[in-house]
Amino acid sequence: MSNPKTKQAPRTLDEFMVKAYEMEIEASQRYADFADAMETHNNREVTELFRKMSKIEGLHATQIMAEMGWTAPPAPSKVSWEGFEGPETIAMDEVHYLMQPWHALTLALAGEERAERFFAQIAEEATVESVRKAALELQAEEREHVELIRQWMEKVPKPDQDWAHDPDPPRYTD
Amino acid sequence: MNEAVTACAPLTAQNYKSGYKPIWCPGCGDYSVLSSITKALAALQLRPENVAVVSGIGCSSRIPAYTACYGFHGVHGRSLAAATGLKVARPDLTVLVASGDGDGYSIGGNHFLHACRRNVDLTYIVMDNHVYGMTKGQPSPTTEPDWDSKLSPGGTGVRSFHPLVLALAAGANFVARAFSGDPNGTADILAQAIRHPGFSFVEILSPCVTFRPEQKGWKEQVHPTPLEPTDDPGRAARRVMTDDGLNIGVLYTGDRTPYPLGPRGARGSIENMEAEFAL
Repeated sequence: MSNPKTKQAPRTLDEFMVKAYEMEIEASQRYADFADAMETHNNREVTELFRKMSKIEGLHATQIMAEMGWTAPPAPSKVSWEGFEGPETIAMDEVHYLMQPWHALTLALAGEERAERFFAQIAEEATVESVRKAALELQAEEREHVELIRQWMEKVPKPDQDWAHDPDPPRYTD
Repeated sequence: MNEAVTACAPLTAQNYKSGYKPIWCPGCGDYSVLSSITKALAALQLRPENVAVVSGIGCSSRIPAYTACYGFHGVHGRSLAAATGLKVARPDLTVLVASGDGDGYSIGGNHFLHACRRNVDLTYIVMDNHVYGMTKGQPSPTTEPDWDSKLSPGGTGVRSFHPLVLALAAGANFVARAFSGDPNGTADILAQAIRHPGFSFVEILSPCVTFRPEQKGWKEQVHPTPLEPTDDPGRAARRVMTDDGLNIGVLYTGDRTPYPLGPRGARGSIENMEAEFAL
């Protein structure tokens, strides 16, 4: 239930970039958790895709560190989001053990779109020029990611309607 | 809670995860609970070797294996008994206890009441999905009476257990309800629970996406409790008896003195205890 709305525009560039960093780290970690879950369930294609997404989000976090000249990650802080989690984080219950790359990319696309709206809103609400400028740059980056994922989606097959059918399902209750 | 050691580089949530990959169903709420536990420990900067995670049996009880802390995967329903013994023997450890609604409220129901009553400094985390997931979907003590399934045609017709009210009546010193889909909020509640002296009980609504897929709707239904925590157990009980079961937040913070740990008075040494039995 991530919500792209911000609670309050950050008042300093540092505050803003810590938030952006936390957003990337949270998303990276969630993708890694998804990859682990899919690996356990022998869904190799999706495992690989989620690992890739985790790595990409991690690289974004590293880029933020480099741009800010931080030598170490910022100390874990209590970053607050409008929803339960950061805008780029996919909710834990969105995945399925039989999901296919197309599903995973659909989720990633939604995350990138939320992130773009999140930065756009910060840029709109910012009262500090350095924050506004950085938010616009990050928004542009997220827009690029949206495009990249759309292109990626064109290369993977759309799942059949019965993609979730399991001839040996785990549930016996219905 | 034992003292934090902060001289080294700050610990992150990742430092509390073991190399084992969880085998829960993808989408299970317990992944987020694991994440919340590690975030809470990082927020408190407790060193993994100073923390023990004790559990019973069930999906939720797999959690100790996934943390880098000391762990004990015990007997069904007996996690609180094992954790109580551990805390009394090693008061220096921060002891977390993980359970589910079946393990904690049915098989371990009696231990739950008496753990609340004894008020040993433990943090009891119950992942509640209103079903026995590991054994394929039988109704648990918190299952709604009209939940219809092949294993309970027409529902059990049995009234659901109310763990928060029971915890309050039995003397728990900290009572909260959290939601796994809010891992950051849950981490914050867990950190408060760990910090609070005595027996802290945190019930976490943690959807079972396999046997109770309708629980995915919880993320749209839960809401933060509009009231500040109270220190009056009666008032807290009335609140939770009359709410919709989807209020999340800290409900009660008591000030009962925790069960004394370590040497007690003259009985502090083996020699002194032996002396009492000398003829």
